[in-house]
Amino acid sequence: MELDSLYQEVILDHYKHPQHKGLNPVFTAQVSHVNTSCGDEITLNLNVENNVITSITWDGQGCSISQASVSMLSDLVTDKTLEEADAIVKSFSELMASKGTSAGDREILEDAVVFAGVSKFPGRVKCALLGWMAFKDAAIQSQGESK
Amino acid sequence: MSFSVAQVRKDFPIFERTIRDGKRLVYLDSGATAQKPWAVINAESDFYSKHNAAVHRGAHQLAEEATDDYEGAREIVAQFIGAQENEVIFTKSATESINLVAYAMGNAEAGNRFALSPSDSIVVTEMEHHANLIPWQQLARRTGAQLKWFKVGQDSRLDLSNIDEIITSQTKVVAVTHQSNVLGTINPLEAIVKRAHEVGAVVVLDACQSVPHMSVDVVALDVDFLAFSGHKAIGPTGVGVLWGKAELLDELPPFLTGGSMIENVTMTTTTWAPVPQKFEAGVPNMAQAVGLGAACKYLSELGMDAVRAHEIELTGYALEKISAIDGIRIVGPLENVSRGATVSFTLADIHPHDIGQYVDSQGVAVRTGHHCAWPLARAMNVPATTRASFYLYNDDHDVDALVAALLGAQKYFGRF
Repeated sequence: MELDSLYQEVILDHYKHPQHKGLNPVFTAQVSHVNTSCGDEITLNLNVENNVITSITWDGQGCSISQASVSMLSDLVTDKTLEEADAIVKSFSELMASKGTSAGDREILEDAVVFAGVSKFPGRVKCALLGWMAFKDAAIQSQGESK
Repeated sequence: MSFSVAQVRKDFPIFERTIRDGKRLVYLDSGATAQKPWAVINAESDFYSKHNAAVHRGAHQLAEEATDDYEGAREIVAQFIGAQENEVIFTKSATESINLVAYAMGNAEAGNRFALSPSDSIVVTEMEHHANLIPWQQLARRTGAQLKWFKVGQDSRLDLSNIDEIITSQTKVVAVTHQSNVLGTINPLEAIVKRAHEVGAVVVLDACQSVPHMSVDVVALDVDFLAFSGHKAIGPTGVGVLWGKAELLDELPPFLTGGSMIENVTMTTTTWAPVPQKFEAGVPNMAQAVGLGAACKYLSELGMDAVRAHEIELTGYALEKISAIDGIRIVGPLENVSRGATVSFTLADIHPHDIGQYVDSQGVAVRTGHHCAWPLARAMNVPATTRASFYLYNDDHDVDALVAALLGAQKYFGRF
């Protein structure tokens, strides 16, 4: 069924067992984003040391797609440099804009390629991007901090 | 007095199509926008193909015909809500209707009954749609007036126990919804109108969720202004209605200024045309107004009491079947009294957006989220809900399809 391309098992697994959830009180940058159409909320705390992401924690409420997506993002960018993380975010954003025509770059996105199916559901792309856009903002703020 | 839903569905061409690989369309999102019958589609199309011209101007036959059609629609709409013709103003939406009143009040100068100052108050309720909250919240901000509101109890009804403290001699406006777009609650207007008029305040009624679903008579309700949208009442998008008592519309300053709404213009001064023209600046949404006239005619022929009776029966069935599902919490009145055919709910810990996605895969169209009533969602302590809203083309089969889809969603997301 078409729905299964959206709700991949890895996604539902992250939704049921979210990674890095629970805010670290120490952070370089904190960002809160809201999906205004559905009310989903995410707050994300980022720690950057010497240009490397040392921790990313978050809290929020939302649908399986938004929660699993931020969970997977947190796994993916921890221990990466800001430049590496930026490339990952770019690759993910491109995948989300692909309208189902791209399978995603597994070398860059690793498990997050399972979100390829989301790009076929225009109503859900925002859900998948919620945490990623919050992270992007936090990363920009962190860059400002370190300068 | 009743009608056949199967017969009604034949008038709505959208039900000829299927959804998600051949599934029957179960449209339960009429609270957002209603589907359109041929009568409305044809009326709009006929206007463009046969009579299109700018109304109230042009010295030619088409202009005369367009004006007749447009003013004819005003007459039908007026009859539909028990109003006088010159009290019906066409806007582009109910949102614009309410903003019109709020901005016009903001334009009122000292001495005008609508002028607001920091010693005045504006009263709303916690269950308002953003369209009947933000215009007042912002008017309060601009004028310094105090914004007060009735809270919603856990029984999904307005708490009017403190009505005399909320509506006081300082109150200039009470803006309230007739029926909540989330809870389905129909509000006890009589008590609110009585108290508001006691203190000399005007009542602005958001009737978006009532006018399409029940017989509404502005004289019997005795409110002062009423707004509804065309598209929720099986009419076209792009047209809304503002009704107001004639003497109040006379005193209310204009909101939008420009062509068509003037009596006389010099380089430095303007006098206004009489209502309703005073509030209809620019070339109006003519084809849409004509389409709304056709919609009101269609609904009148069906009979609004019959529509209401049908929805009461369907709501009873829906409440019974939906509340029987394990893990369901209905967010709205549980008893089928003073409530409309809007049923919002949460289902265990499955997020509404995921529920909506799954039931869509089964051909069932619902709305999910905060439904443009974010403060209400917070008051009810839910981040979001799933909302099924029923209308004249829905029947028991649609309820059954929803229930089956919800059980399917439970199974689908319960895999882990």
